[in-house]
Amino acid sequence: MSLVTIGNKGLKGAPPAGAEGSAVTVPVTKDASQQRQKRMIAEHFDRLSTAKEDGKKVAYTFVPGNLTELMGAFEMLPVLPEINALQSGMRGKSGAYISEAERGGHSEDVCSYVKCDIGMLRTGNVGPTGKVLPKPDLLLLSYTGCFTFMKWFELLKEEYNCPVVMLHVPYQADGIITPEMRQYVVDQLKSDVIPQMEQITGKKLNLDKLSEQLARSRRAEDALVKVWESAKNKPSPIDGYFGGVYYIGPIFSAFRGSEDAVAYYEELLAEVNERIKDGEGPMTPAGVMNNQKYRLVVEGPPSWTHFNEFWNMFSNEGAIAVASTYTRVGGLYDQGFRHDPQDPLGTLADYCLGCYTNRSLPSRIDLLEKYIKQYSADGFLINSVKSCNSFSAGQLMILRELEKRTGVPGAFVESDLVDPRYFGKANIENRLQSYLQMLEARKSGALAAATAEKPFVIGSNP
Amino acid sequence: MRVCVGVDLGSTTTKAILIDEEGKIVGKGITNSRSNYEVASAVARDEAVTSARFNLLARKLEGLKGEGATEIGALDEKLRAAFRLELYLDELAALRQRVTEVVAAAGVRGTAQVKDALAGIFDRMTTDASALFLGGDARKSDFFRDIAGAAFMHAAEKLANERGMRFEELTWPFDRAILDVETELRELDFAATLGRAARRIAGGLPEGAKKRFFEIVDSVGTEPIDEVAFSGTGYGRQTLPFPKAAVRSEILCHGRGAHRYFPGTRTVLDIGGQDTKAIQVDDKGVVTTFQMNDRCAAGCGRYLGYIADELNLGLHELGPLALKSCKSVRINSTCTVFAGAELRERLSLGEEREDILAGLHKAIMLRAMSLLARSGGVKSELTFTGGVCKNDMATKVLRELVDENYGSDITLNAHPDSIYMGALGAAMFALDDLRAGKANLLVVKRPDKQAMKNYANPDDACASCG
Repeated sequence: MSLVTIGNKGLKGAPPAGAEGSAVTVPVTKDASQQRQKRMIAEHFDRLSTAKEDGKKVAYTFVPGNLTELMGAFEMLPVLPEINALQSGMRGKSGAYISEAERGGHSEDVCSYVKCDIGMLRTGNVGPTGKVLPKPDLLLLSYTGCFTFMKWFELLKEEYNCPVVMLHVPYQADGIITPEMRQYVVDQLKSDVIPQMEQITGKKLNLDKLSEQLARSRRAEDALVKVWESAKNKPSPIDGYFGGVYYIGPIFSAFRGSEDAVAYYEELLAEVNERIKDGEGPMTPAGVMNNQKYRLVVEGPPSWTHFNEFWNMFSNEGAIAVASTYTRVGGLYDQGFRHDPQDPLGTLADYCLGCYTNRSLPSRIDLLEKYIKQYSADGFLINSVKSCNSFSAGQLMILRELEKRTGVPGAFVESDLVDPRYFGKANIENRLQSYLQMLEARKSGALAAATAEKPFVIGSNP
Repeated sequence: MRVCVGVDLGSTTTKAILIDEEGKIVGKGITNSRSNYEVASAVARDEAVTSARFNLLARKLEGLKGEGATEIGALDEKLRAAFRLELYLDELAALRQRVTEVVAAAGVRGTAQVKDALAGIFDRMTTDASALFLGGDARKSDFFRDIAGAAFMHAAEKLANERGMRFEELTWPFDRAILDVETELRELDFAATLGRAARRIAGGLPEGAKKRFFEIVDSVGTEPIDEVAFSGTGYGRQTLPFPKAAVRSEILCHGRGAHRYFPGTRTVLDIGGQDTKAIQVDDKGVVTTFQMNDRCAAGCGRYLGYIADELNLGLHELGPLALKSCKSVRINSTCTVFAGAELRERLSLGEEREDILAGLHKAIMLRAMSLLARSGGVKSELTFTGGVCKNDMATKVLRELVDENYGSDITLNAHPDSIYMGALGAAMFALDDLRAGKANLLVVKRPDKQAMKNYANPDDACASCG
């Protein structure tokens, strides 16, 4: 997820994607919603930089299964180390941060988000807007399918010597949420998380305030779902993966439940509706993308260190992402979930239990299958990242199973989240182009006839 | 004759295939990729055109049978060899010229003694050339750099001995000049060159047959070969000024080329210089899915190249040596560099070279098997392509592993022309484009010779090191 709009140098009237030499040299125009997001982020980091003087408490926490509304009800300010790491990746700083962490003894195989965060912390903890991040008053560990999260916060506890509260979210091994699982999460909120927050802030939880937050979340979620579903149009007015990570910025991070988030999503939806009306594609780094030859569904996070480069590989070939699972890691709203102001704690439990990282392999396959069909995709692509074993394990099986169920061919590329050493441009580009040409060849089917010449066979055929 | 051209720019060699409008293969050419892909693709294409003309010639020569020339096959062979000789002599003259320029510009290093010795070396090379091509011995390589390099070093060694000079005093001008010469595109006057070659070997023919022979040679030399469509593929395809529409992925091309030779093919294993691809194709030769090695080139052709260097062997010697092995030594290292270390360790422990080599071949093919499995496995007919399929040990091990993993009823194909599969696939895409009215052409800029000379003139800041 991105909190800063970086390098989106597209503009109206630029050469269409796929045209020769699509480098854009004319001034940058940004959508109003993008400008708003940028402003929101800057303000958030300003608030963080003066948190101590302003007497605000700070919680470090994770994106999947985040309790933003609850923090909002306590007026605590969230810091999301994963997002800091991906921001560092986009700003070209992650390589040095990772080296710093490796010098401190972390292995090459440790998650690069973790090493990037540790490296940033060791070198002054300067955030993406150039301001120093405050130390945490609480490490709020929402555990949703990622074992590394626990190790990560153990490391941060060493560094900051502050309390950790863990919300253990049971894994959806059978693909369902049972009433017992839900109750288990609610009980932890009541017995551990809320008391800890009350102690740190010195305030009692105001349930009405929490409900107001949740009601605003719901409004933003409604708008976001309409944005996702707009990709069913042809041409699609959005890019549901590269563009999508900008769209999820506010809702998966510090802003869900805020007025700002509602305003952002309503503005975004209006812009998308405008593009549908004009039959126009989304803005990409290579300009407005109206040439949409291939509609793809994408699984797996992007490579943040080469984000625009990776995106350009798609736009240059006329490939657009119509849906992606990565943009659902912080909530599967398009599958019906909404925060419910009437049941504040229960709804938080449902949210945490339902996030994408907490889902089993079969339910991930079901979801991808649905996307491929509902968004009439020509193909799907898996970007398998080295860092994340729990997420990447089984992706080849996902690929084969989806091919079998949908008849749509899949592509597989490998890179990493924020370790620049694992992005092999030529290799990835080669695979992507081969894959797209394969889609093209299969579509056209008009191939010159093959006349075989006399074969020469090695070995024996019984 | 109208032809469609496919070029496959590999990391080691560049291949070209010509097909006619019916899709029949009419010519093929191969050259080393050098440091200049543009030249490499033009040379490979010229070679393919030459081979197309020779194929045409072979058909016409059949007609001489009734005119007293009995050994048509041998005549054809001899003419090809003589043609190669003419090309070699032309290129040798260019090399001599370049060496002269390099020495002239080299200041103190270019003494009269060196100049005279170099003249002697080139005289010898020119005299020996005929035996190299017409002597009937097999050459280790067909590339000018390799043949001329070996001949030069041989002559230089002898001359240095005779004249009491240091060998190194004579080799530096060659090292500087060879790169310029091999990256310079020469216009080939095919008809004139073939004419010279024909006259060189026609001595033994009866008069009537000789006259007919010259007529045929002249008609083939001037037969127009028009390129009507082009498509390029391979590792170097992005660096060339090909129109984007004329560039095809090597995965598609290899899949299609292999299927063209063996229509029953459903899986293709391609092991090239630096990557390995496992490709599944449908009944039309269209790729349905593929897997490639990533991040690490262990298990590719370069792995064998590295091992050959370690053992001081030629790449082509590895397979035959490994085939002599009675027991395969297990090599545990998956990394090329570590395998090199393991190789030295095994040698020091007294293991036989052939047994270690057998183990190394197995290590490569095991990597390929894992890629095949990831791509969906082998179902009925597997075609093995790429440079490594020329290695008989590699194909033997592959056969064994396929038997073990997928059963012995799997057909395994390889073709002597397997290295051309990518170029063939590209040529077929060019034919598609032609039929669809969207043909592209490969335009090669012939470099400005004067500009090149200025660029290549050695700067003598370092000449004082001697």
